[in-house]
Amino acid sequence: MAIFGPEAKIVVFGSGRLPADRLAASRVPTAPVTKPAPRHSALVRVTHWITTLCFFALLLSGIELLISHPRFYWGETGNVLTKPLFQLPIPSSRRLVPTGYGYVLPDQNGWSRALHFEAAWVVVLTGLLYVISSLLTRHFRKDLVPCKADIPWRKLLASFTKPLRLQRPSAAETSSYNGLQRLTYLFVIFVLFPLVVWSGLAMSLGFASAFPWSVTLLGGRQSARTIHFFVSLALVLFLFVHILMVCLAGFWSRTLAMITGRIGTAKERT
Amino acid sequence: MIRSRRKLIVSGIAAAAGASGLAAAARLAQKYGLIPPDHGGIYGPGETLTYATQRLLTRHSLAREFSRSQISPRPFPDELAPLTEDFKRLQARGFADWRLSIDGMVHQPASFSIADLKSYPSRSHITELACEEGWSYIAEWIGVPLSHVLHLVGVHPQARYVVYVSMEPDTWDSIDMADALHPQTFLCYGMNGSELPIAHGGPLRMRVPRQIGYKNKKFITRLTVTDNLKRFGKGLGCDACEAGYAWYTGI
Repeated sequence: MAIFGPEAKIVVFGSGRLPADRLAASRVPTAPVTKPAPRHSALVRVTHWITTLCFFALLLSGIELLISHPRFYWGETGNVLTKPLFQLPIPSSRRLVPTGYGYVLPDQNGWSRALHFEAAWVVVLTGLLYVISSLLTRHFRKDLVPCKADIPWRKLLASFTKPLRLQRPSAAETSSYNGLQRLTYLFVIFVLFPLVVWSGLAMSLGFASAFPWSVTLLGGRQSARTIHFFVSLALVLFLFVHILMVCLAGFWSRTLAMITGRIGTAKERT
Repeated sequence: MIRSRRKLIVSGIAAAAGASGLAAAARLAQKYGLIPPDHGGIYGPGETLTYATQRLLTRHSLAREFSRSQISPRPFPDELAPLTEDFKRLQARGFADWRLSIDGMVHQPASFSIADLKSYPSRSHITELACEEGWSYIAEWIGVPLSHVLHLVGVHPQARYVVYVSMEPDTWDSIDMADALHPQTFLCYGMNGSELPIAHGGPLRMRVPRQIGYKNKKFITRLTVTDNLKRFGKGLGCDACEAGYAWYTGI
């Protein structure tokens, strides 16, 4: 019961402002409803796994494309005759890139580009479907926008340090997200994802001819490429933390919840 | 039971409508030239979506142009295959015998020397050449718009593509008429105020600034205007396509 202490307090403090569904959610362990709503809606589950598939396709092809020129620049132009902002200490698939390695990797850019753009199409269309339907079903408001009670720094810090001490999430967090999770998901959905798509499109010569400001605002073609790289890194970091948290909360119960929509039994959680 | 049957009928009708809608869309796309020659295979849908979307968005858009001060001091020419004996012979005579021939769906097949091309209205733009690998540079490109030469020979109205062949062995590519007639698409013979260096494809290269580097083929000697790319190579539209690279590279 000690674990429930702080959660109970929030309910008391915020009872006037908390939406009814979240109150119900925090009561799930003690007062199970006969027909509970799914933990994740069908739309969230389908778009989640399509995005997962695309993410790995984009990551694999992205790394492959990066190998053909592991140098990054700032501004409009950059090539092996100009000074890079930085260069990754990896071998390259192009002979004329100075890497310090005595060998050249095979060229895989043909299918890598095709896969990268096809997966980008699928993930952008999936993302649009997710955002539009989530606005219609009020998914963001209900499940992702934090309540005021959720976002004092002390609480966010606690959500951050708790998993670091390898403490499992509280029962209430099984059916809902804590403030830090909510802010992180919103940041990924509304900042990182649009930014990675924008910086990617800014590298398209055709897109740039129709929307030249898309490149100018990012500081030039090579800046767009460098931004694309760092935002991708941030997304990979998110993926690692995401998987770590899922493992900490109970890998199978959380993964099954994202597949079937149902929360695992109490036995699975402990 | 009744509800689920109704659901089944509704979803059946929806699926049929979706399928026929898709078929109609494909026919329309074909009619308006929104299907690339390499539309087959697992990456075909992605290539087609990109090409169709960009053709609708960019048919008349211009590649970004830059100021003279932004020209890269050291343009990177990329790797060059060893020059052929034929090329060296032409080079020894200052490319006086270099010919660009134009055939296919034209009223008057013709061939032009570099001097002929230089006698036509000369145009230039300062644009970026971007390689699919990620690097880029800015240069001033000088040449005759491809559209000017196409108008001289008279293109048949049903023409859809211009195939261009390089002097380098097995090196050829093609662009659609939207790019071929685009004001920034040049038969390029000059760079940064002087002759086009051999490393950059001199005496004559194709310059398509709204597409990636490898579409800007070096050492162009022949153009063929056509309505069908099936008869060229494996029918995918370019030499690089046969190694898995895309035909349309506006992305």
